[in-house]
Amino acid sequence: MTQTQETEYQAVSPSDFFYRNREIAGFSNPSRAIYVGVREILENSLDACESAQIPPEIYVRITELSSSGGENGTAVYLLRIQDNGTGVPAEEIPACFAQVFYGSKYTLKQNRGTFGMGGKMTILYGQITTHKPVIVTSSTGDEIHEYEMMMDIQKNQPQVLRHTTLANEKGWCGTIVELQIEGDYPRIMSRMIEYIRQTAMVNPYADITFIDPKNRLYRFERGTTQMPPVPLRVKPHPHGIDVETLRRMLLITKSRDMKNFMMDQFQGVGPKTAEKFLAFAEIKRETKPPNLSSDEIVKLVRAAKDFQEFYRPDPSCLSPIGPDLLETGIRKELGLTEDDFIKTVQRPPATYSGYPFIVEAAVVAGPTVRKIGQGITLYRFANRIPLLFDESSCVTYKVISKDINWRTYNVQQETPLVVAIHLCSTKIPYKSVGKEFLADQVEVEKEITNAIREAARDLRIFISRSVKMEKQKHRLNIFSKYLPVIAEFAMRLGEKTDMPNIKKLLNEILVVNLQEEEEENGNGEENGNRVLPPPEEETPEVELEEEKIDGKEDK
Amino acid sequence: MAKRISEAERQREAVDKALKQLGSLVYDQIDQGEFPWVMMQSRSIDNIQYDPHARQYILGDRMVKRHSRNIKHIRPFTQLVWTAWFARELVKQRKTSTLREAYYSARGQRDIEYTDQQESDNIITDLEVALNKAREDFNIYPEERSAIFGDITIEYTVPGYEGRRTNLTDHPDGIMVGPAVTSSEFIETTANKILVVEKGAMFTRLVEEQAHKKFNAILIHTAGQSPRSTRSIIHRLNKDWGIPVYIFTDGDPWGVHIAQVICSGSANAAHLRGLTTPDAKWIGVWASDIITYKLPTENLTDFDKKRLTELQADPRYNEDPWRKEIELFIKIQKKAELEAFSRYGLTYIVDKYLPEKLGAPPAT
Repeated sequence: MTQTQETEYQAVSPSDFFYRNREIAGFSNPSRAIYVGVREILENSLDACESAQIPPEIYVRITELSSSGGENGTAVYLLRIQDNGTGVPAEEIPACFAQVFYGSKYTLKQNRGTFGMGGKMTILYGQITTHKPVIVTSSTGDEIHEYEMMMDIQKNQPQVLRHTTLANEKGWCGTIVELQIEGDYPRIMSRMIEYIRQTAMVNPYADITFIDPKNRLYRFERGTTQMPPVPLRVKPHPHGIDVETLRRMLLITKSRDMKNFMMDQFQGVGPKTAEKFLAFAEIKRETKPPNLSSDEIVKLVRAAKDFQEFYRPDPSCLSPIGPDLLETGIRKELGLTEDDFIKTVQRPPATYSGYPFIVEAAVVAGPTVRKIGQGITLYRFANRIPLLFDESSCVTYKVISKDINWRTYNVQQETPLVVAIHLCSTKIPYKSVGKEFLADQVEVEKEITNAIREAARDLRIFISRSVKMEKQKHRLNIFSKYLPVIAEFAMRLGEKTDMPNIKKLLNEILVVNLQEEEEENGNGEENGNRVLPPPEEETPEVELEEEKIDGKEDK
Repeated sequence: MAKRISEAERQREAVDKALKQLGSLVYDQIDQGEFPWVMMQSRSIDNIQYDPHARQYILGDRMVKRHSRNIKHIRPFTQLVWTAWFARELVKQRKTSTLREAYYSARGQRDIEYTDQQESDNIITDLEVALNKAREDFNIYPEERSAIFGDITIEYTVPGYEGRRTNLTDHPDGIMVGPAVTSSEFIETTANKILVVEKGAMFTRLVEEQAHKKFNAILIHTAGQSPRSTRSIIHRLNKDWGIPVYIFTDGDPWGVHIAQVICSGSANAAHLRGLTTPDAKWIGVWASDIITYKLPTENLTDFDKKRLTELQADPRYNEDPWRKEIELFIKIQKKAELEAFSRYGLTYIVDKYLPEKLGAPPAT
């Protein structure tokens, strides 16, 4: 059979690839697009500040430029996001913002983004929906550089339309990104605000200002200037390596043989472990790294997963928020008071598939939480990013709804409760590219469960105490409601002239020993009404008087 | 005559005084820094027992303390005090109230919230037990629905009618048994028996057929389970004047029990006396009548059968004709209404059945 059609092969540049598959990066519809856009650039800004230990000051503004007249009421918005980070060196700005797969995120260290391409995807998406350039203004402390750029999608090359240098008299440091994007803000409004609020919650040292398209100002002031320590860069752990990464590492390494390669390139591998491992993998330790055959590379990767004698992955590349900062953030964004219960915990580092991770959790209860609503409100964070969508697919949801037995902690189904989970890792086990929910990794699930259990330990006491206080309050209410009525009608019935004094009785209620009261009431069920079961209803062979039974009325 | 009115007046004053005393008691308890409480006989089932001597249900010796210190009791306690006040206002102002009006009066009162009338009725019963008085003494009555007809002269004691007399044959539809009749004095009668029927239709038939003359009887219809006031009148006529009482009900377990309650009372009223007429006779419709008179019948329902079994377990049904007839009902699995006699013509019941049952030919 002869081929009648000539198949055309063409190279696809990374930016072209993402252009064609923008859904996988989260730009699935106009409302989601503007949400993801803000989110990606905002997260880059936070990263930029944190790596320099500068308490972030972020300004986000969305301006509606024109209704695009699209079918779904979409409009063109101007996005402006400004940070006070380190700034980007002038010569790197074009590649950093307008070339896919160029950036600083190839080492192993906890970062918000996974690929370092979210920001560029936003710029790319803005360009393809509006055909307008992106304007990046940045300074590392010297002059201010302003670039107006477009992306050449097919070639994956930045096109600089304008480059202006401005004087920087006040020594400003930071980056401003301004771009136009088509989107549907009204439909995502509540999520957007919730996203920024939760970002402020999990980054309590950040000061965030948001101005929405209706010119409404949302201020999220920082609660502290203290920041968690910067994560260290570490070498990868053998357990988490994949074939492609290993191939690249073998090509560029300067190590002369495989033994040294293992020791130089991976964490926690000494001479002994390296020899043992290579023997286990059946690879000669003298082999020069570039000479490893494809089969051997695959064998090595498989062996690395099976070999049990590596040290646990080094968690110093992680940057948990810490119990105190997490508490600060939750307190300020939920507006907790002294009467509320909050317990934050940080679990010791653990690993899954060679990646280190730490779970932090908070459990909050009390009068303020009661205003939020009944049942459990779940806040999910991964590497300090709030996760807002697809809650019920997330492993955290599985933990709070299935794994934890809340009754142990005196929590009823309707008890208002806030549970916050923060997972930090060099690789967050997202279930999808959209980065919205966590996969059920056994180790991660177990740690999340442990974290909540630990945080909830003191909850039992708090809840039983507040139940008691509620009960006490309820009792006082009941007595202060009825005693005056009894007093009044006893006075009128007995033809007395003054009201008897009920203060003494009410005082007695205040100091009552609840324990004693509970015993007194025996089988409980205390609810003001239907207090005395009418004996009639229990008498078996008796009809209610004056009640005609069986419809035997006059006909 | 004047003596009788002062009798009623004395009773009224006694009730007024008892209510006022309750108020003083509660007032003093509060004043002394004590949570007020009231002792009363328990009305729970295990404290209700049949007394063969009194031939009615009575309350046992067990007492309960209704204590405002107890969070479960404070609400009914408040309701009790309010109800006492309400009752005293009625007595003082010589006004009457139905149970339903009492319930709605409480609804108008801040913080005395009743969920339903049942709850209100229940508190009124509490007050009866606590003060050992009947609710009629507090001028609280159920809705009127039963009626009386016959040659009996009564004298009213209600305000505006004091001393006025009437003969209960004056109105051909009969006279409602309401507060006025209940509280009246019975002056004289020529009747030598009382015929109680459970249904208005039969009552109307009897009046129309001049049964009161033919049998020299006072006619009463109870409209189903007889109200307390009606039972009280039957009791008084029987006890004070020795007039025998005959009860005609439908021939089914419900009719049987209507008759029984007139005789020996209900557990609901175990705390009250003067409502029962143990010597009253249930004379029909019996199961054996169904056979004897070949009455048109209906089959017993499951509900009927269950009820018959319950009645068999009740000590009051140990004697005949109760026991015998209940057994027969179970045997024939049939029931018949009073109206069933109409198959033999409208006057049959007066001409034939009643004379035979009463063991006397109609007076001519």
